[in-house]
Parts: sequence; structure tokens; C-alpha cells
Amino acid sequence: MDRSVPGRIGTTLPPLDVPIQTLPSPELLRNELEMPEVSESELVRYFSQISQFNFSIDHNFYPLGSCTMKYNPKLNDEMAGFPGMSEIHPHQPEGTVQGALQLMYELQRILAEITGMAMTGLAPMAGAEGELAGMLMTRAYHLDRGEPGRTKVLIPDSAHGTNPASASMAGFEVVEIPSDSNGNTDIEALKFAVGNDLAGLMLTQPSTLGLFDTNITEVVQIIRNAGGILYGDGANLNALLGRVKPGELGFDVIHSNLHKTFTQPHGGGGPGAGAVMVGKRLVPYLPTPVVEKIEEPNGVARYILGKPEKTIGRMGGFHGNFGALVRAYSYIRTLGDQGIAQVSEDAVINANYIMSQLKDVYELPYERTCMHEVVLSARKLKRDYGVSALDVCKRLIDYGIHPPTMYFPLVVEDALMIEPTETESVETLDHFIDVMKKIAVEAKCNPDLLHEAPHNAPNSRLDEVAAVRRPDLRWKRSSANIQ
Amino acid sequence: MDNRGFISPYTPNTDADRRRMLDAIGVDSASELFTDIPADLLDPKLDIPSPLSELELRRVIEGMARSNAIPGDYACFLGGGSYRHHIPAVVRQIASRSEFMTAYTPYQPEVSQGTLQAHYEFQTLVCQLTGMEISNSGMYDGATSMAEAALMAARVTGKQRVVVLESVSPYYLEVLKTFCDAPGLEIETVPDGVSEMAKDSACLIVQQPNFFGRIIDLKKLSDLAHSAGALLVVACDLMSLAMFKCPGDYDSDIVVAEGQPMGVAPTFGGPYVGIFACKQKYSRQMPGRIVGRTVDSDGREGFVLTLQTREQHIRRERATSNICTSVGLIALITTVYMASLGKRGLQHVAESCYHKAHYAASMVADIPGYFLETDAPFFREFVLECPMPPKAINEKLLQYRIIGGLDVSEHVSNGMLFCFTEVNSKEEIDLLVSALAEIGGAA
Repeated sequence: MDRSVPGRIGTTLPPLDVPIQTLPSPELLRNELEMPEVSESELVRYFSQISQFNFSIDHNFYPLGSCTMKYNPKLNDEMAGFPGMSEIHPHQPEGTVQGALQLMYELQRILAEITGMAMTGLAPMAGAEGELAGMLMTRAYHLDRGEPGRTKVLIPDSAHGTNPASASMAGFEVVEIPSDSNGNTDIEALKFAVGNDLAGLMLTQPSTLGLFDTNITEVVQIIRNAGGILYGDGANLNALLGRVKPGELGFDVIHSNLHKTFTQPHGGGGPGAGAVMVGKRLVPYLPTPVVEKIEEPNGVARYILGKPEKTIGRMGGFHGNFGALVRAYSYIRTLGDQGIAQVSEDAVINANYIMSQLKDVYELPYERTCMHEVVLSARKLKRDYGVSALDVCKRLIDYGIHPPTMYFPLVVEDALMIEPTETESVETLDHFIDVMKKIAVEAKCNPDLLHEAPHNAPNSRLDEVAAVRRPDLRWKRSSANIQ
Repeated sequence: MDNRGFISPYTPNTDADRRRMLDAIGVDSASELFTDIPADLLDPKLDIPSPLSELELRRVIEGMARSNAIPGDYACFLGGGSYRHHIPAVVRQIASRSEFMTAYTPYQPEVSQGTLQAHYEFQTLVCQLTGMEISNSGMYDGATSMAEAALMAARVTGKQRVVVLESVSPYYLEVLKTFCDAPGLEIETVPDGVSEMAKDSACLIVQQPNFFGRIIDLKKLSDLAHSAGALLVVACDLMSLAMFKCPGDYDSDIVVAEGQPMGVAPTFGGPYVGIFACKQKYSRQMPGRIVGRTVDSDGREGFVLTLQTREQHIRRERATSNICTSVGLIALITTVYMASLGKRGLQHVAESCYHKAHYAASMVADIPGYFLETDAPFFREFVLECPMPPKAINEKLLQYRIIGGLDVSEHVSNGMLFCFTEVNSKEEIDLLVSALAEIGGAA
């Protein structure tokens, strides 16, 4: 805004080609409008320049645990950019959007097949909305069966914050379940927590510790016997692709973050998509709409937007984040049946390789084979040299590597949660391992170098406390020259 | 697993690389890494199609794309929450920069200043357009923004009744029900002319212009809500604000909107971006991410995510919302669009919408058998009462290569909601008018 100069314009528009019409009463009309006035060249330079202050997957390695920052194929963007995909209006009659509906239908079927479920709903617009859909279906299921007393949802202490927040938005009371010494669900605690008031359990499999919960069979039994729904948080689905179907493990519902596992670009915080897959007993409650296929007597298939019988309702204004669905579909069709399992295999090899090379330098809280991510602890560096997980992360920036997820899961002190994904080469991993070792040496020899990192980024550490204390949430003319 | 016939371009490691890594890990084969999974469920058969090469895939998806009737090839007069506008080339060019497109959520501010600064600009432009004090950096879409506004109003006021005008989009109303039912909020729909509100109301939700295109009396509704001790939540058409008075002028408490009209292609309904702005005093009750300006340890200006103690990753079940991944890139797109069009461009587009819609209204009103539903002022959409069911008319219009209006016959007898923007040429409008006359004449 502070580059705005009255009189400059950024684009051209066609002149009005209809006769001027009578304006409404002036009291309805706006007098003042403050909006930028910049030329096209200045606009492009401004945004291009600030874009370079970002790390991004196309430029940097992003070992960000539970975020699955894998490479985003360019092809998918082109597919979503076809005018037949990007220009179609959500209110068009079904007969005029058969191609779009066919794509959604096929994606529904493929996602259900990959997760071993009966049916898919594509309406949720991000993972957390998928969770909310799952929780609302859980609620509707129990109410429908005349069991309004099922008000408790159990959530392991290692879960993402979205899990308790989603359960709470669906009107449930959240009960936290601890992890046992192996990082699995604590079976005794689970048995103690279930009762007639159990609505369900939200389980991330593999967990945010990067570990496959080997108590899963018992967990399923306990939840089933208590009449609860087993919800799967699919944030870590990348570890399971083609290896095991969550539906066959016993999950009743699972969401998938299409912007993680299925390569919709993260976009600096979205858009995503949170497809939700359900087993038979939850099918009638899926969010609306779902795409249905109707075989005409003449053999021609017709696709329609259908409304599940006892739907929990709409999750958004239209049919979900269609652009993300096109990209996910494009990605899955590229890999096909032969490529899907290679994703999880390479993701798991890469994570275990990092673990094998770094477990003696950083602490490994659970001495087990990991899945697609490994959680290390910087506790030793903190104790010996006063260097925190935050310091290690900020120092990684100086080496051109995006920090791993830090201080999460909460059950590990000074956690560094590292997810390399399958799209990184062994050379990139070796470089990362070298850098992590170097930082551990720096922590010993020159801890201040880490305390003050990053040194090569556009900004040094930012004062977040001041940002909260004196919120400056928008530009104003009076504050234009604050620098 | 045997996939030697297929090598993915997205997994760089070769069999030799894998061998070296497995040796370093200390296992003989990759399958040893999956022994935690119950053996009887391991490596299931996957019934999905075989891999497609880039060329083959392009043919498949292009075939699907071509089988859709594409606005642009067809004249299209649909609105009702999603609007077609010309999008300047710079918008797509900047949005497709991989520095923006393939970045993560800006939790690490030192390497996310591009995204953060763009979102700070977004918040600024939203505030200026809506006339509100503060804005977050975006919700999923306009409908979920409105639902979250109701939840926030309940938190702010401690009351459970949500009063909604019945002229609010029926799609938005459905989303409102989805979000409000479980937490036990009671939704009450009332007519636009409502003159009384219960004192236990958390908010009054209105849409301006309403779903049927009409400009409603915001002054009166604002007074009504505030006299009942309720918040006024206004869902608005952002583009109208370049021409009409803004919600801030009517002392609105929360303003929500669909950001899509500002530079986002219709894309069959998403991804879009929900606008969420409010009065400063409610900042700590807001859902979603908020960017703030601060300084770094060297005293240089910089941007961070702020007021994060409202959010799920810190507050968990007591968060103001469960929202995490939102629509960062779409917020950026709308920012670039608003900056590109600027003051004059936005005014020109808004006025073009107004004049074209009113030109069309004056023409269709003269066709025998068709009637304008109301003589209230409108911006760019109006309901036309037709001499036969809208579904039948729309089918016939397709033969003229016209995608007609939205069927609102559930609300207005044989009603069709038509929308006009700068992309609808006079030639297209005249074609629509003559086609409607021919179709109506044959009825």
C-alpha cells in the first residue's frame, strides 16, 4: 500500500458497452475508496521480490514432520489449469459438467480403495475439516441409534491439536490418553477410559512419533466392544500407501490431507483438501454432496451430485476444493497401481536412513524402526550446551534447509520431528545428515552461533512477544514510515 | 512388490541407492521395515488403474475437461456465490511462482517473509474494502466464514441464539446448520423486514446484497441487532464494495465474504478464500491465522503469525476454531488481483456489473411473460420470474450456447437468478434477451 501513487493503474479493462443506467440513491453509494494505485511493472517486481524471502519445496529441502512436504508435480498444475476445469461454474447444470463429475467420482472410488473403505466424501476443504466431518458423522451415528449419552472422544497425547479442536467443535468432551513406553496407545489407560459414554477414539496411524501403533488390533477390539467409532487421522497416510488399508486395520473413518499425501501444493498455508473415507456404517452420514454414477439403460453412464440419506450437511459453499481434487487425481493416475506402494517404501527407507545416521548424535526417544518420519530429541544438546531444538532449527536455515517440526509431539522433550518424504534423493539426505552433525559440533564449540541463528535469512529472529503485545495487523497511512 | 516395469519420476532413489541405505539401516530388505504392520493385512491388492505417462494422462484429463461446457465458449449468467471476472495475466503469473505456491504455512517467519508480507497486505486490503478494523488471513470460503462468525458471536456474547435473515444464501445456511448444530446453537430464520429480536440472540446474520441480489436496509438491521445486544454479522459481495457503502459504515461487528470474485477462477466451486474481518476489540476471539508486523533482533521490520494462543496447535480443545491449513495461496491471489485492478479498476468492474445487470433487467422486463421479482435496488444479480420452470428454460438456452441463470424456483415461483459482470458483453446479453423471448413465446 505504501507504494501507491494516485493515477497509476495496473491493468486495462474494456469500456462499458451498454448504455449508462440510472444510479441508485446516493446514500447507498460509497464516497471514499482507498485501494492501491500501482503500475503493472511495479506490482510484478514487488511480489517477485518478496517471494524470494520464502523457502519453498522447489528451492529447499523441507524435512517437516507430519506435514509431508513432498515434491509437487508440475503436470498436476497444468491439468487443474485446463479451462474445462478452472472456468466451470459450480452452479452449472450437471449435464454440462460431466467430465468434472466423472473425475470426482473416480477419485472417490480410488481413495476408498487405497484406504479400504466403502465410500469417500470430497467436500471437506482441509484436513481439519475432514476431522470435523468425521466427528459430526460419529455424533450423528450415535444419535441415530438413540445413544445421545455418548459424549466422550478419546485422543492420544501425541495427537495434532486439530484433533481435540475438531472433537470439541462437534460438541464432544475430549479425554486425553497417554502413550506407553514404546510410543503406542497405552492399553491399560484406554481400557480405563472407555465406558457407556464413549463416542470414539481419534488415532493417528502411524502416530506423530512416526511409529506404527502395534497395539492397533487390541485398540480396535476395545473401541468396538465399547460401541465407539474408530477415527483415523490420515495426516501420516504417506507411510501406509499400498502397504496396508486402514479400513482393514479396523478404522471406521479416515481423512486424507490431499495437500500432503497427494501433492496438492501447500501454497504457504493452503489450499488443501480433506477427503473423508468411511466404512459401511457411516456411509449414510457423509457430508453432501457426493458424486453418484447412474447407468442409463442405453449403457451410457451419467454422473450426478447426490445427497447421502442422513447427511451431516454441507461443509462449504460448493463441492469441495475441486482444483485440489484434479491435482490429486492426476498424481494418483501417474503412479497407478504399480507406483503407489513405492511411495511408502521410499518414504520409510528415507526416514529410517536418517534415523540410523543421526541417532547417536541426537537422542532417539523410542528405539524402534520408524515409519515415514523419525522423532529425535535435542535434549542432550540443551542439557550439555544450553542449545535448544529451536536453536538447531534456526541454524538449519543458514544451511538452506527448512527446519523440521519442533517441540511436537508434546510427549518428547525438545522434539525434532523429521519427515524426509520419498521425493528426496539419498544425496539430499546425506547433505542433511552432514549438516545436522555439523550443527551438533557447533552446539558444543560455539553455542552462540546457534542462539543467534539464522544469520543468512532475510530476517534474524523476529520478536513474536512484541507482535502480541502491540498487535499491528494492517497497514495504515499514519504508520507508513515506521521503519 | 514388483514394479520394475514402472519407475516414478517423483522418487529419485534407484535400487542401488536403496540397497546402500538398507545396508546402513542394517536390514536385508525394505519389507523388514514394515514388520510392525499385521502380516495378514500387509501388501493388499490395489484395484486402481495402471500408471499413465504424462502424455497419456494429459489425453485423459483433457478429454474430461473438454466434455464440460466451458463458460467463455458459452455465454454464462450464473452467480449465486461464485462470480466470473476477467483475471489479469499478472495474477496467475505471480500466484504460480513456486516460492509462493510450494511454501509451507509460515510458522518459521525468518524463511516465510514473502507469504507473511503478502498476507499482511491481504489483511490491509480486506480492512480497507470492508471498512473494518482488523482481518484474519483467510478462511476456507465465504460459507464457512459465516458459520465461524456465528460461533464467534456466541463466544463473545455468551448467548446461543443465531438469528439469520431468510434471504441469506441457502447454501450458506446449510453450512451454518452443519457448524451450529453440534455446539447447541439455535438457528432462527426471519424475514428481511424483521422488526423485533429476542434479547438472548448472539447475532443477526444478513447478506448484502442478499442472495436474490437485492440491497437490504443495513442501517435498520444494524440498529435492530445492537438494540437487542447482539452482534451484526454481514456477509457481503466484495465487488459491490467498490461502489456501494461498506459494512463498516453500518457499525457491523463481523464481516464475512467470499473472496473468489477478486481474481479467483470459478474452478467448479473451490478452492476459494473466506474473508473474515471484525472490530479490533474481538481480535482474541477470532478464528484462523493472523499476521502481525514486528521487528527482528536487529531492529528490522518483519512479519509473524500472531495471537496464536487462539489456535488449535496451542489451545487444542479450547481453541477458537480447529482450522489449520487454510487457503494461503488464494489469499495471495486476491491480494495481487486487488492491487492490480486498484482503485480505478475495481470501481470500473463494479460499475460495469451494475450497468450491465440493469441494462439486462430493463430488456428482459419488456419480454411478455417475464417479470422482475422486485423493484428494490440491486447490484449485479436479480431474480426473473419466468413463464415456465427454469430447468426447462436452461435446457433450451444451451442450444443458443448460453448457460442460463440459477434455478431459485424453490424460493420464487419459476424464479431464475441472473448475474452480470464485465465479462458479459452487450452482444451476449442481447442474445440472452432474444433467446428468452423466443423460448417464452413458444410456451
